[in-house]
Amino acid sequence: MKVVVDEEKCVAAGQCVAAAMDVFDQRDEDGIVVLLTENPPAELADDVRNAAAVCPALAIRIEE
Amino acid sequence: MSIEDDTGAVAHVLVVGAAAAGLTTVEALRRKGYPGRITVLGAEPHAPYDRPPLSKQILSGAWAPDRAALRTEETLSGLDTEFVLGDPALALDPATRTVRTGSGRELGADAIVIATGVRPRMLPEQRELTGVHVLRTLDDALALRTDLLAGSRLVVVGEGVLGSEIAATARTLGLDVTLAGPLTGPLALQVGPLVSGLLAELHSERGVRLRLGNGVVGLTGDQGRVSGVELSTGEVLPADVVVVAIGATPATEWLAGSGLELDNGVVCDSRCRAAPGIYAVGDVARWQHEGLGRLIRLENRTNATEQAMAVAGAILGEDRPYEPVPYFWTDQFDAKLQVHGFLPADAEVDVVDGELTSRRFVARYRSGGRVTGILGWNMPKQARQRRQEIVDAVPSPAPAH
Repeated sequence: MKVVVDEEKCVAAGQCVAAAMDVFDQRDEDGIVVLLTENPPAELADDVRNAAAVCPALAIRIEE
Repeated sequence: MSIEDDTGAVAHVLVVGAAAAGLTTVEALRRKGYPGRITVLGAEPHAPYDRPPLSKQILSGAWAPDRAALRTEETLSGLDTEFVLGDPALALDPATRTVRTGSGRELGADAIVIATGVRPRMLPEQRELTGVHVLRTLDDALALRTDLLAGSRLVVVGEGVLGSEIAATARTLGLDVTLAGPLTGPLALQVGPLVSGLLAELHSERGVRLRLGNGVVGLTGDQGRVSGVELSTGEVLPADVVVVAIGATPATEWLAGSGLELDNGVVCDSRCRAAPGIYAVGDVARWQHEGLGRLIRLENRTNATEQAMAVAGAILGEDRPYEPVPYFWTDQFDAKLQVHGFLPADAEVDVVDGELTSRRFVARYRSGGRVTGILGWNMPKQARQRRQEIVDAVPSPAPAH
């Protein structure tokens, strides 16, 4: 699984962090998404799919 | 309200409404492994698109319209779902779970999801005048943009989230902008007097004229085109373009004869069920929030997604109440506001991080001695980190009776 984030689309909701905190964080200064790992391990795959689903700005794309 | 489902195994789900809530229901069903048939019925001709950018990036022109699409064509076809677009639902028979459409289709299913959203409220004269707009659909946004590019004086009627965002976007485009409405400041109902006051300062600094605190009684016109907005004081604010953003009503007219309970939305139990095999989701749904112990209806983007995931689960037999902490955001000029929970007008407000004067802060709202909401102004991460304070403060559900 490969994760791609679009910083320009991100609205800093932080829903992804709540869904998968080992994969996503937010910048301190403006809350924009920070990808902690581009290739998360298989055991986090469901959390990452959930994070992409709850993102209100469609800023997370998953390439399986 | 408690509804026993008699649907048994679901083999066909019909989703009425093709925007964020409807589409997310479909995606969540597939993600949870539902293998059966899905049909999505949409009133608009467009493939599913997202609404938050309409008042911002689409209206400003920063994004081309196709960037508001919720999914690519390829992703949509991967959902193995039939999309019937440009055909509004006209009636529902809950007993047979059949929907009749504008073009005469009769669509039957084992489970029906109502996701028809809301319609903007309008002023009585507005249909008779050109130059007067609402903003709900992509077509609305593009029509407004065309008029803004040709116009010079905009009056926005309505000081809520949508009206304030449109005022900010139009000002950024260089128009002379006036924001009118009965409340004392932008978003006064949504964020309370302190933050509303700061928003008023921001809008004024950027050149938006605020004519707040007086109701709007009507529109004036000249040869069929709008020429101004009349206030209750008798004053007329001149305009060549007007946007009416005075709230919205649930799109439930088509359900009038269905027997479903309609009261400021489709009334649902805590599982978002309106009747056996009938669910409602998104802006149109008014459901029992067990944590709060009352019916609520939320018009925000995050709820569309979260409630859709809950409804997909309910259709597949999960038995959990839907009780989210509401969340919305708004971007106006350089201010990015994040709101978690509820911000009652009478709440005590404390700044718990940052400073008001630097326009970078987190405010905590307390009512009845409990934390009910958190607001971040240009501090999204720090606001989110305090969301748990709201969760921890929610009282236990009242005992069932």
